Parts: sequence; structure tokens; C-alpha cells
Amino acid sequence: MTGLLEPRAIGTSLERLDGRAKVTGTAPYAFEHPVDNGVYLHPVQSSIARGRITAVDATEAEALDGVIAVLTPANAPRLVSGDDRELAVLQSDEVGFRGQFVAAVVAESSEIARQAADMVGVTYDRQPHDTELRADRDDLYAPGVVNPDYPTDTSDGDPDGAFASAAVTIDETYTTPMEHNNPMEPHATVALWAGDALTLYDSTQGPNLVRDGIAGLFGLPADRVRVIAPHVGGGFGSKTLHANVVLAAVAARVVAGRPVKFALTRQQMFSLVGYRTPTIQRIRLGADSDGRLTAITHDVIEQTSRIKEFAEQTAVPTRSMYAAPNRRTTHRLAALDVPVPTWMRGPGECPGMYALESAMDEMALACGLDPVEFRIRNEPDVDPESGLPFSSRNLVACLREGARRFGWERRDPIPAARREDGWLVGTGVAASTFPVIRIPGSAATIRRVHDGRYRVEIAAVDIGTGTWTALTQIAADALDVPVDAVDLQIGDTALPPASVAGGSSGITSWGSAVVDAAREFREKYGPDPEDGDEAGGAMPDNPDTERFAMHAYGAQFAEVRVHADTGEIRVPRLLGVFAAGRIINPRTARSQFVGAMTMGLSMALHEDSVMDPRFGQVANHDFAGYHIATNADIGSIDAIWIEEDDPHVNAMGSKGIGEIGIVGTAAAIANAAHHATGIRIRDLPLTADKYIR
Amino acid sequence: MDVEMTLRVDGARYRLVVDTRTTLLDALRERLGITSPKKGCDHGQCGACTVLLDGRRATTCLALAVAHDDAEIITANGLAAGEELHPVARAFLDHDGFQCGYCTPGQICSAVGMLDEVEAGWPSHVSEELAGGVELDDEEIRERMSGNLCRCGAYANIVAAIREVAR
Repeated sequence: MTGLLEPRAIGTSLERLDGRAKVTGTAPYAFEHPVDNGVYLHPVQSSIARGRITAVDATEAEALDGVIAVLTPANAPRLVSGDDRELAVLQSDEVGFRGQFVAAVVAESSEIARQAADMVGVTYDRQPHDTELRADRDDLYAPGVVNPDYPTDTSDGDPDGAFASAAVTIDETYTTPMEHNNPMEPHATVALWAGDALTLYDSTQGPNLVRDGIAGLFGLPADRVRVIAPHVGGGFGSKTLHANVVLAAVAARVVAGRPVKFALTRQQMFSLVGYRTPTIQRIRLGADSDGRLTAITHDVIEQTSRIKEFAEQTAVPTRSMYAAPNRRTTHRLAALDVPVPTWMRGPGECPGMYALESAMDEMALACGLDPVEFRIRNEPDVDPESGLPFSSRNLVACLREGARRFGWERRDPIPAARREDGWLVGTGVAASTFPVIRIPGSAATIRRVHDGRYRVEIAAVDIGTGTWTALTQIAADALDVPVDAVDLQIGDTALPPASVAGGSSGITSWGSAVVDAAREFREKYGPDPEDGDEAGGAMPDNPDTERFAMHAYGAQFAEVRVHADTGEIRVPRLLGVFAAGRIINPRTARSQFVGAMTMGLSMALHEDSVMDPRFGQVANHDFAGYHIATNADIGSIDAIWIEEDDPHVNAMGSKGIGEIGIVGTAAAIANAAHHATGIRIRDLPLTADKYIR
Repeated sequence: MDVEMTLRVDGARYRLVVDTRTTLLDALRERLGITSPKKGCDHGQCGACTVLLDGRRATTCLALAVAHDDAEIITANGLAAGEELHPVARAFLDHDGFQCGYCTPGQICSAVGMLDEVEAGWPSHVSEELAGGVELDDEEIRERMSGNLCRCGAYANIVAAIREVAR
């Protein structure tokens, strides 16, 4: 990779360009696009977890004033059959999980639609279901690959032999629960057909992904579907293409000419738009008497749905994290009668690094080493997995800078040795990592418009990440103009295509396309173009991805207090130090780091979707039962970063920062809680009951 | 059953017909097209639908519209004086007190209502004294703002924004 952009706007804390619209509430989210003559959809969900629908009685619902249509598997428009059973909405009488769509009502108002949905009678041929993930199941299987295309298992050297002969060993199992993404904006779609053309105002992280998926299901060329998403109220991996979008499009087919409005309820989100699989992770570490790792094994058991496979890459970060000549990672799945799991912020890295970084803390203690020094001692020279050099790797700098700022040198390593006003006090550390991901398929167009301005077009999205602002800064530098000369247009598939906002890949992929278009534009028209001059570009190949291992790194430090009598656990202090290449916008970047750390704290202390095996559904399916961190849970929390120049990752020198902040947070907190109490909890979340002994 | 009623929203007066089951939130969003208050849970658990209802912060998803005939409602959009943002909204921008923006109008209305409650001397769960005024430190802000969830995790910046306005 050559030709890093000269940063002028890049690196400045430009205020969010969409900020005014958001603080006044006037930025239109999917459900809020004004439409004429709209109708409302309310779904009927299966009350069994496995079986067949034998009859749907819509008589009473259809008779209700204001009901326009009741869709059932018998009368719903046929979709092009594919192998994706999550998206084959109302195409068969099979039930694969509790909460699946089995019918839907379209009505003149949301109140009527909801009332009528309750009146639809569905009878089933119920079959026994199985929703319990356990390590001793006899039907665990190895998937072909893990998300998105990593090898399922890896093995180097002789991990079992090295472990058996190691001077110091630990062998522990860590578990994480099912967790739900829960963006604040529930998944919503407004669907409108005009002839064989479909418009979707959709709450999505991937307008092009939705367009292509929906077009395929209806057997249409992609350009007959338009997806519009200028503002999206969070996603965290859950806002890709799920059954709710398909149902809205199917229903709108039935009432063609009238826009169908469909927003999921918070409760429905717990069965329809994905979640993080629960994990059971066994980690074995072996080290010599100097505290140098000789063996690492990480064996993961997790779940998927019987109707569709999603295999989280939980052990993948362990492959590249620390130097040890003998390493093994494996992933095994149970296919259950449960909703389909999916990406949730930091899939793989987030749960996997919770386990690895907890084990690293235990191993540091077992070796009699400081946890910071233990990690530094096991820093690899090259990527242990590929043998490639790192394009840049500043984990050690993050650990040292964090230790300095956090006051780590004053730390007494002895657990359960500090007590203040009835609270046991401790501190902990964990490392973070996330790969630099680039997703093909992004293109951009730049056009000179009036008054010396440049219109920059790409169907990227801003799901809270700051795309409106950061991409404008990149375009300004790529064109060598001030930011206020750039009119960015995103969030609409009528624009040049863009890859999904996932895998922290947005700025790498979209930014590279914008830079390419700007170079093309200047080559064609020079510094003094005329109105109407236009050029396009696309994300170029990066041959350096074959020559270097590319990852961002970080170190997180936590102070934890556990009440000696009640077990109540608080986190008064969190500090994250990251090395993630060049930071495009320090203001929005800090928000992403701190925000992800906040979600990591939430994972550590609260989040736990409780599957009731009798019914096969999440029992605590709302915010009263599924707790996420509130303002009162957060103490002092800050993120800083190391200056890092990486000429290999992309033209911006940026690595992607949307997810790394949640990686390691839970381990840092669990490690600090152990330091506070002497109690090692290996089962998230860290609730009060677990600290009462 | 449909009922005709009046709402005063952000300085304008509206006559509207609502189903007696219609929440105040749906009346605003679906009948009047006023979408500044957001629907995040519809159960009073997230605070995204918060407005100032007759001067006090309230979750409109837990209110039936018909029970608030002739009520005066101020949304986050109505807090602005023309082009001039409300100081709380301005502080949210200055401190980047949001990311996706979906909880933001509710956070801002909640903060404005909360500052009035503090001014009136209302204690909270973390107040040392039940009478005699409140010193609005960070702990008080966090406690009083915990009815408004933010999944992007902007809490630290929200506290900084409110602290600045309260100063």
C-alpha cells in the first residue's frame, strides 16, 4: 500500500454533521419516513419451538373492522426458494424455533393490527424440542468454517505433549451466556411496491446487502429494489437481513400501492434478529518456569439454529495473540431448536478474549508474574498463526501506557487484601484485539456541483459510528478541499454500492473507495474542474494484506469494588488504551471506544438472556428482565490511543474502531473482581450472588 | 372506540382523533407525524419516548392519549428557540453525548426535566438529605438519568454535557 493521505481534516474533532438533526429528533429513522396511506403490520409468532402448523384460522381476525389482510403460509406470496430457512418467511408449515413468524395481520392502524393478530388461531403438530447447550451433548459437530471463513480448527506443534510437560499449567473452563444486541431503535421497515419495483425504508447496517437479498427472494434484478437508510438507531451486528424485512416486503406485495409499516417490538427482537451464542470455552495454558507460554489450547462449544448455521469464530483471536510454539483451537456446535444467532459487536473476539484474557490473568498469578509483564513476556515477533510480520502491533505500548496512567505500579498483587468501608477493592487488566477487515464491493462517485462544491456518493450507512462525519473528512482530504466543500450522500442504494457496516470495516472499505474516486477525479479533471465533472472509483485491492498480519490492539484496566456483605459489584474506573492506526475523528472515535467499553461493562455485570428450556424462549425478553448498563452503572471511564502510523492497512492508515473497545473489557473487570475478592468467577455475568461465599 | 381530542405540541395546537387504546407516543408519531420522541421499548423501560408533559418529564409510551386531552407537550425539537438550540442540546453536541441518536431526544427532554426537579429541591435515591436542596454532582446526574437507556454507551459524555449546563 502506498500513498497515505496527507491528513488535514483527518485527525480533527469535527462535530457530528448529523448532530443537530439528532439532538432535535428530526433525523428520520426508518419508521419515520412520511408516507401516504400507510398501513400497519403485526405478526403472529409461533408458540411452539418445533413442529408443524396444522391450521391457521383467520376468520375472526378478518372480520375485524380495519383489517386489510391476514397472511398465512397458505396464502402468502411465494418467494424464490433458497437454502436460507430464516428468510423463507411464511413459505412452509414448518416451525424451527419459538417466536418464528407463522402469520401476520395488515390493518389500518397499529392498534387494530395488534388486536387482530391476537385473534388469529394457530394449531400445531408439536414435536419435542431441544434448546439446551451443554458440553456433554453427543451431537456436537464441527462446522465447515467459522464466521466468516476461518478454518474451524487449527493445530501447531504438539499442544498436548507441551501441556503435559509444562512447568506451570492451568486448565479452566469459561462460560458466557446468550446475549442480545438490543440497539435502541427496534428493527423497522416501511415497504412499498410500485409495479415490480420495491422501496424499503429500512433500519439496516447494510442497504446493499438488504437490496440484494430481497431482490433474490423475489426473483428480481437488484435494481428493482431500493433501500433507504439515512439514519439508523444502532445495530451492533443485528441489523442485516432478517425475517422482519422479508415479511414487510411480502405483506406490501399483498396490499400493493400502500406502504406497509412494520416495527418489531422489543420483545420480538429477542427471537427474530439474532443474538450472541452462549459459549463454553476450555482453555489450557502451559508455561516454562520463566513464564513463557509453551502451549495454548482453546476449545469452544457453542450453539446454532437447526434451521441455519452461524458458527461464531470464538477461538480465532487466540491463534494470533501470544507466542507459544504449540497451539490448538477448535469449534464445535450444537444445532438446537432456537432462533438463529448472528454477529454481535466483536463476534469471536469479544467472548473469546474474555476467556483467553481471564486465563492469562490466572496464568500470570500461577507463574508469580505481574499480569502486564506476563503478557509482554509472551509478545510474539511475528503472527504465530500465519508467520507473517505484523503491519503494526503496539500491544506492549498500550499495556505500558495504560499501566502508567492507571497507576498500576502501585498495585499490590495479593488478592482480597484491600477493604474500604465494607467494599473489597481490586484492579485488573486485559488485552484487546480486532483484525483489520476489508469487505469488497464498495464504490463511490464524486461530482463537482455548484459553488465549488463536491458531491460524494456511496451507499454507506451511519449506525451511530460517525460515518456522516468521518467519511466527509476523508473525502475532503482526498480531494484536498475543506470539509464544508463536501456534500456527502449515504444511506441509499440509488447511490454507488457499499459493503455492510460490520466487522469494523466501514471506514477501511468505504473510505478506500472514496479516496480512489477522488484520485480518479483529480487525474481526470485536475485541481480546477467544471460543474458536472464526475468520476468514480472503487476500493482497490491491497496486496499488503498478503504480506502482513493486520490487527488493532488495546489494553483495558479496571478498578472493581465488591461489597463484602452483599456481593454488589461496581466498576468505579475503566481505562482503555488502543493502537488502531490513524484516528479519523478523535471526538467520535473516543465515543466509539468508550461506548464499546460501556457495552463490555454491561456484558460483564448484567447481560444474560435466560433460555427457558421448557418453552424454548428467552424468559427475560425485555429491558425489565434483560439488563443493560444504565448511566448509574458507569463511573470514570476513558479511552486514549497510541499514535500509530501504519502505511499498509489502507490509504487512510486507519484500522477500524467499532468493536475493539468491547474486546477484553469483561476480562479486565472479572480479573479485577478476583483481585478484589480472591474469588475467580468463570461464568458471566458477574452477579452479586456469585461473590457471596 | 375513537375519540376526538386536542394536544398542544411544541407551541402548536392539534385536533386529532385517536383510538382509546392509542398511547400518547403513537398519537404523536403516527397521528401527528411528530417523531422527535422515539419508540424504543413501548413499556416505559428505556426512556426514548420522554417528553415534557405539562412541564414534567414523562414517558409517552406509558400514557394513553385520551387521558391527556389538552395537554401541553414539549419535545426535544420544541426545546429549541428557532435556530438556537436549547443549552442542553448544545451541550450534547459539544460533548458528543450520543452516537446513533435514537435515545437522544428522550435523554435531552429527561435532562431538562431533571434539572427542574433539582431546582425544586427534589431528592433522589442517592441524595444525602431529603430536604434542604440538592448538590448536583456526577452521582446525582447518573442516578437521575438512569431511566434513559443508551445502548451506544454515551453515558460518560451525557454526564459531562449535563454537568456543564448545570454549572
